[in-house]
Amino acid sequence: MSDHNDPNATPATPKLGRRTLLKGAAAAGGALAFPFVHAQEKITLRYLGTAVNQDKAIADKFKADTGIEIQYIPVTTDDVTKRAVTAPNSFDLIDTEYFSLKKILPTGNLLGIDTKRIKNADKITTLFTKGEVAGKKVGDQGTAPKKVMYVASPTAKDFAKEPTQFMTLIPTVYNADTLGIRPDLIKRPIESWKELLNPEFKGKTAILNIPSIGIMDAAMVVEAMGIYKYPDKGNMTKKEIDLTIKTLIEAKKAGQFRALWKDFNESVNLMASGEVVIQSMWSPAVTAVRTKGIACTFQPLKEGYRAWAAGFGVPKTVSGKKADAVYEFINWFLDGWAGAYLNRQGYYSAVLETAKAKMEAYEWAYWMEGKAATQDIKSPNGDLLAKTGSVRDGGSYETRMGGIACWNAIMDENAYMVQKWNEFVAA
Amino acid sequence: MSAPVAREHPGLASGLQAAPFALVFVLFLVLPLVLVVTVSFWRASDYELIPAFTLQNYLDIFSVVTFKTYLSTLKFCFLVWLVTLLVGFAVAYFLAFHVRSVGAQTLLFILCTVPFWTSNVIRMISWVPLLGRNGLINQGLQSLNVIDAPIEWLLFSDFSVVLAFVHLYTMFMIVPIFNSMMRIDRALIEAARDSGASGWQTVWNVVVPLSRTGIIIGSIFVITIVMGDFVTIGVMGGQQIASVGKIIQVQTSYLQFPMAAANAVILLAVVLMMIWGLTRLVDIRKEL
Repeated sequence: MSDHNDPNATPATPKLGRRTLLKGAAAAGGALAFPFVHAQEKITLRYLGTAVNQDKAIADKFKADTGIEIQYIPVTTDDVTKRAVTAPNSFDLIDTEYFSLKKILPTGNLLGIDTKRIKNADKITTLFTKGEVAGKKVGDQGTAPKKVMYVASPTAKDFAKEPTQFMTLIPTVYNADTLGIRPDLIKRPIESWKELLNPEFKGKTAILNIPSIGIMDAAMVVEAMGIYKYPDKGNMTKKEIDLTIKTLIEAKKAGQFRALWKDFNESVNLMASGEVVIQSMWSPAVTAVRTKGIACTFQPLKEGYRAWAAGFGVPKTVSGKKADAVYEFINWFLDGWAGAYLNRQGYYSAVLETAKAKMEAYEWAYWMEGKAATQDIKSPNGDLLAKTGSVRDGGSYETRMGGIACWNAIMDENAYMVQKWNEFVAA
Repeated sequence: MSAPVAREHPGLASGLQAAPFALVFVLFLVLPLVLVVTVSFWRASDYELIPAFTLQNYLDIFSVVTFKTYLSTLKFCFLVWLVTLLVGFAVAYFLAFHVRSVGAQTLLFILCTVPFWTSNVIRMISWVPLLGRNGLINQGLQSLNVIDAPIEWLLFSDFSVVLAFVHLYTMFMIVPIFNSMMRIDRALIEAARDSGASGWQTVWNVVVPLSRTGIIIGSIFVITIVMGDFVTIGVMGGQQIASVGKIIQVQTSYLQFPMAAANAVILLAVVLMMIWGLTRLVDIRKEL
């Protein structure tokens, strides 16, 4: 995007020799020489990701702490993958969803991250390393992070089944998604995913139009309605895709959906305007509706959540000092300040104990333990999110993340699924 | 370029003059097009393009869904073309024949560009408070007791899509038609009047034929834009109405580049045929 703004972005190959030398010199000079290198040349890291995770406050704080500049490149979820596959030299650090790894890793554009260089690597939550929350296994249908977490060597192009020294991504944020509802307009309890296609809400529902995520929401509904039980929602056969899409098309033809949405702001708009009363939604969108003073609940459902997780990856094109800066950023990110910041936005951070140290006790109790707020809960920018006495939707970390039913996924039949999804949109 | 060169090789001088633009065209139009056509015969996995020669991408396109999508896109194209033509012609006529001063014409022209002053997405999102279920129109009609329940088809419907297109693209019709009208010799209109033609007869028999070039150019603008659009149809149709552009966009975001390329080639062929048909009606180069 802005190669010319970046003094370090000259083609990598001719510089390699000098960089390797520098690296050798730095290693020989020991740790003492390192700060000087920083002071001499200003480093800018180009951070590719979605806008949702790219907070100015995080970049500012990191710069204040280390002097390294973060330059955000915000694009959509799909475009992060596209750039990782087609233009790996256009960024120094990627923040992508775990499910995209199935597309990115085989290209060889990412290097496995050496956990020996990540201080808090062994403290990363067991949800990622073992697929467990508080010692209990959670749902692993779809691209559960533990399936794509490790590689055998930094340059490996396929996933390792057992934990190794090299991680594909270091988790940044993750969450469990469910349906958002307008309790003031629905006026009755909602307990199941099947309500999305309940004719009671005809013309007042919406589903998201990102095929790989929308199909998972649809699968949750199909199961909840008792139409079919998938062996693996995250990896459907052609027949299962047909069935799921058929259900969606029937609902669409009956006028069930008011709209489909693709952009975060669209979903906020649909809900806030009352065009839609129940829909697929993301947690920050629910927060955005609420900050407008409109009642909106991120409704926990008995069938469980559809989870997602994102993490930092290191492209093969960074080396030398830049690579050091990338590792420094990742280490800083896991060190607590950023984690606390994200937890206060309603996400979850990768290393809980460092984040806990940077949060007030009442904040931790509200966000992570599912307890009633003992004082007003504010967002990192100071907006009021919850009044004293309110409880977080979905309760504690354990109840919420423990209720995961499936993960965002890329199916083997992805191309077929996208084609069928287009049929749904066209129907 | 230097004069002696031009004198000795007149062809060379004009060739050199045309060269920069030709180069731009070759680099940024011809070359990418060749690439698109090439890739449309390739295969793709989830993460890589595989050079090959397969017609599968094209075969996959010929399905009922694609046919329906094209039909729907063509329907919008026709509706939008018709409405923008009628509105655009009326506005251009007013500007050309009824507004006397150049200053007033300029001012009114700038007014016509107002829809372009805000970003595409914001502009379209702001239709919601107007047309929505709890929007201004529905609330107004309800408080006047004209309707009992909100009218649902105002938003996220064919109606709202056409409305947004017309709001945006009438400008592309107005400008060329206005341009043609300004070239009409006013004496012809007086002559028509003197020969006893009524106002409508003058418009139909004198102004319309002489504005033909503008009408055709405006039509080409509107048709090409609507055929390729996916944002307006997406947002105003509540993402529930398919368009050819949308299909291509979904395919590229899932790295199905060969499929998307094949779709793009077909779309290009269809649009080129439409434009070719239109240029049969009038020789644009001669008339300009």
